[in-house]
Amino acid sequence: MPLLTRTLIKTGMICLILALILGIALALGATNGLFPAYIHLLVFGWITQLIFGVVFWMFPKYSLEQPRGSEALGWWMYALLNSGLLMRAALEPIQATRPNAFSGWALVLSAALQFASGVLFVINSWKRVREK
Amino acid sequence: MPRLSVWLIRASFLYLLLGLLFGALILAEKGLVFYTPVWNLFPLHVEFLLIGWLFQLALGVAFWIVPRFGKGFSRGPEGLVWAAFILFNFGILIIALQFWIAPAILIGRTAEVCAGILFVFGTWKRIKPQKA
Ligand code: HEM
Repeated sequence: MPLLTRTLIKTGMICLILALILGIALALGATNGLFPAYIHLLVFGWITQLIFGVVFWMFPKYSLEQPRGSEALGWWMYALLNSGLLMRAALEPIQATRPNAFSGWALVLSAALQFASGVLFVINSWKRVREK
Repeated sequence: MPRLSVWLIRASFLYLLLGLLFGALILAEKGLVFYTPVWNLFPLHVEFLLIGWLFQLALGVAFWIVPRFGKGFSRGPEGLVWAAFILFNFGILIIALQFWIAPAILIGRTAEVCAGILFVFGTWKRIKPQKA
């Protein structure tokens, strides 16, 4: 299993644990913008990140020289996904309770980073989805 | 990878891109409040990412990877699964029109259920030991 895949899956597992802990906080009555963080740590940080890792590892070869497409693009995808998600998880509760220009603009940046990670994933994986 | 999986998986990639774009726009709106109707994209964000991306990717990978039948490595009644693919995407796209077509959600959900049943009929017997 390539290093990028291992890193994606392990980071995904950390997101899963964080989400489950947030779930306890929610069950104890915490609100204030934590629910979206809970959902997205699960569906984006865990499930989608796990998929990104497994696709990079197991999908049909891109080419003989570059069987897994661009590894550098893969690492950018990883960095953008996790920095964007982390920013969101930290800032959305702030924006929900004490909205301010800094957290507002930072949320915009976090949105762009997460979208960009998806674009990089599709660029790197599109051609590996092909008939054999 | 069989042609049908290519269609299912590439369609799921397109929903990933659109779903992330909509999510990013909503998140940016939460940060800056620039155009509240952006929130109308919310049901599409959820539909495209949960159903269009995660479920459809699972169908595509399942059709590709689960055991085949001995002679000629047949994947069973492929026609049923093609019909499932078409109905599934019809369902998602109809649901995307919910602001214009009143019963869109009901029609779309019904199409998705029928697609699910067709997929199950099409692959049921392939869930077996590799050599059987
Ligand atoms: C596969 C990935 C994703 C899935 C399956 C997903 C799914 C969902 C679901 C189920 C909700 C509803 C939560 C609720 O009821 O409040 C939601 C809300 C939302 N999602 Fe996502 N999402 C994904 C990725 C993203 C990303 C990457 C972004 C931003 C860049 C995003 C932005 C939002 C926003 C802003 C909301 C509204 C939160 C609120 O209620 O205030 N989502 N998403």
